[in-house]
Amino acid sequence: MALLIKNAIIVNADKISHQKADILIDKGKIIEIGTALTKKVAKQIDASGKYVAPGFIDMHVHLREPGREDKETIETGMQAAAKGGFTTIMCMPNTDPVIDNCMIVEAILKEAARVGTINVIPVGAITKGQRNEELTDMFELKEAGCLALSDDGSSVLNSKLMRLALEYSRMTGLLIINHCQDTALSGDGVMNEGKNSTVLGLKGDPGISETVIIARDIEIAHYLNAKIHIAHISLRRSVDLVRAAKKQGIQITAEVCPHHFTLTDDELKSFNTNLKVNPPLRTSADVAALKKALKDSTIDCIVTDHAPHTPEDKEVDFDHAPFGMIGLETALGLAVTELIEANVLSWPQLIEKMSLNPAKVLGLANKGKIEEGYDGDIVIIDPEKEWVVDAKAFLSKSKNSPFIGRIMRGLVETTICGGKIVYRQ
Amino acid sequence: MDEWTKHDLLDLQELSKKEIEKILETAKSFKQVSTRDVKKVPALRGKTVVMLFFEPSTRTRISFELAAKRLSADTINISASTSSLTKGETIVDTAKNIEAMNVNAIIVRHSCAGVPKVLAEALEPSIINAGDGCRAHPTQALLDMFTIKERLGRIEGLKIGIVGDILHSRVARSNIWGLTKLGAEVTLCGPSTLMPVGIEDHGVRVTYDLNEVIENSDVMMMLRIQKERQNNIYLPSLAEYAKHFGINKSKLKKKKSNLLIMHPGPTNRGVEISGEIADGESSIILDQVTNGVAIRMSVLYLLLGTKESLT
Repeated sequence: MALLIKNAIIVNADKISHQKADILIDKGKIIEIGTALTKKVAKQIDASGKYVAPGFIDMHVHLREPGREDKETIETGMQAAAKGGFTTIMCMPNTDPVIDNCMIVEAILKEAARVGTINVIPVGAITKGQRNEELTDMFELKEAGCLALSDDGSSVLNSKLMRLALEYSRMTGLLIINHCQDTALSGDGVMNEGKNSTVLGLKGDPGISETVIIARDIEIAHYLNAKIHIAHISLRRSVDLVRAAKKQGIQITAEVCPHHFTLTDDELKSFNTNLKVNPPLRTSADVAALKKALKDSTIDCIVTDHAPHTPEDKEVDFDHAPFGMIGLETALGLAVTELIEANVLSWPQLIEKMSLNPAKVLGLANKGKIEEGYDGDIVIIDPEKEWVVDAKAFLSKSKNSPFIGRIMRGLVETTICGGKIVYRQ
Repeated sequence: MDEWTKHDLLDLQELSKKEIEKILETAKSFKQVSTRDVKKVPALRGKTVVMLFFEPSTRTRISFELAAKRLSADTINISASTSSLTKGETIVDTAKNIEAMNVNAIIVRHSCAGVPKVLAEALEPSIINAGDGCRAHPTQALLDMFTIKERLGRIEGLKIGIVGDILHSRVARSNIWGLTKLGAEVTLCGPSTLMPVGIEDHGVRVTYDLNEVIENSDVMMMLRIQKERQNNIYLPSLAEYAKHFGINKSKLKKKKSNLLIMHPGPTNRGVEISGEIADGESSIILDQVTNGVAIRMSVLYLLLGTKESLT
């Protein structure tokens, strides 16, 4: 069933074309872009005054299924993602059971296909059961549909295993994503170690717990000439390391979450457990450095690290609350407000971080651009629209967002995946 | 004249100098009540005070309980270990159940920082922090200040050394906020691994030389070293700690003649303080305990009683 988008202002990673265009999508693909297309189609959308961009790709989402369907299911997570403008999401393997074999990958893909809206790509674990002891059957995970592997939620602390995983990845072509955190250093820290943790009396997780593992991984990747992707980078020192590694030609890419470029640990004064995330919120110097690193392309991708939790799990004391906040439905609003309005990124640069670069990093050849022949994954955005984050409006099963009540600019109006409308505001 | 407006006591950071002085001043008259034959005044008759302790405590709980009783309030004790909270019931739920029974104040102790603040935002009764994690123990700092003032007549300009595990100490933190607000010169002394990051930015000095503190201080507060702390990797050994940061008679030879020694208790004799010093003439440790009741009476009275003017 063909779909025609009329009067689009197309935003690709390389440019924004102010000349209005029509986009014809058929059989899941963009088949024609032109002016005043008049082909008779079943469905037509008028995008006058709106930005039309390639659908966002989130490389870092926690869907909680299997195991914690009270927090999120594959279906509710997909709904939340579609509302946020995402047409492809990668779900992290720290479920129960862990995504460490083909059967779980297949089960997730089957459920995602049943829901049938956006694309879900499971991330397999690097080590069996995420236990840091032995590698998973990586070819099996690849054949089942994984594009990347990670022990997200925890770090691959065993340096030998990390070496072997990166070495093996040269053969499988699977991207290795590391959550960088030396847990001996982070200990039972619940927030950034610094002047605020001293005043608040909360246990600190020092930035060095992140940087020492990034430095280690850079060295291993360099030694093996292998590819490495750094998850949710949060510190000035971390981006300095990645920037220096890129200059040396090391195959390293990195991602950042909206909350890390928006909030600082000053916010923790409220003891709101929805601000408890891992890695923790850092300082204003770190926020400035993350923005700079987005601008100079040291950081390649924006991801949400969408981490749903029930109120019962979150409304305990700060020490015992689980880490994480939801992010799929606030990502664009925060990016527009904090990056575009603040002149950190242009619209094409933002689309590069949210669509094109994730596609490139994952090797998704037909995604990340609005161009003839590419997949019909499209987001239609009202760039000027102001809106207030409302807990009741979240499609995610969980509401653990510290942004409730915040005014944002930039709203997803329509999300189209494979030529099918999967969300309309 | 300013009225007393505070509804809760969460931390000394949020009290003005004037408010701290009002609490200390009010405690004076309540101290006298405890020396009478009939140790009771009707100030809080008909009020209900609940002690909700998520962490074990003997002296703080007893001190609060006596304070409330001497003001004629009714008291209830609830010892709730964090694990005994039934699954699905949050801390706020538990406290709301208590609130629903129309109580006037909830005195809270919890092993995690911030719990009293969260409760204060959610509940109508006055919340009094009896210690939250490593964050604050405001009544301890108030009673320390009261005891110093009682002995030396002032806080301003005094040289006060706080010695020990500053990193994990809510007593140290509350004293730092309170003492610096009242104009004392505070020096922190302890192992470098137990010094919180960036504490120097809060108007205090840090030294690792105990002798310097002994020679210069008017008051030394010795903190308890937690023998039971599972993360004992902060220190090579208790013996090494005692040698470098514990006080005894011979180390105190160079002290000022009128140096006062304090300790929030319970003491580890032979570790941070020798028995002869704890029991010696410089020690005002038992005065602290006595004054604790007066300070807690003062706090309860100001928060729950008829509103008084500040000056």
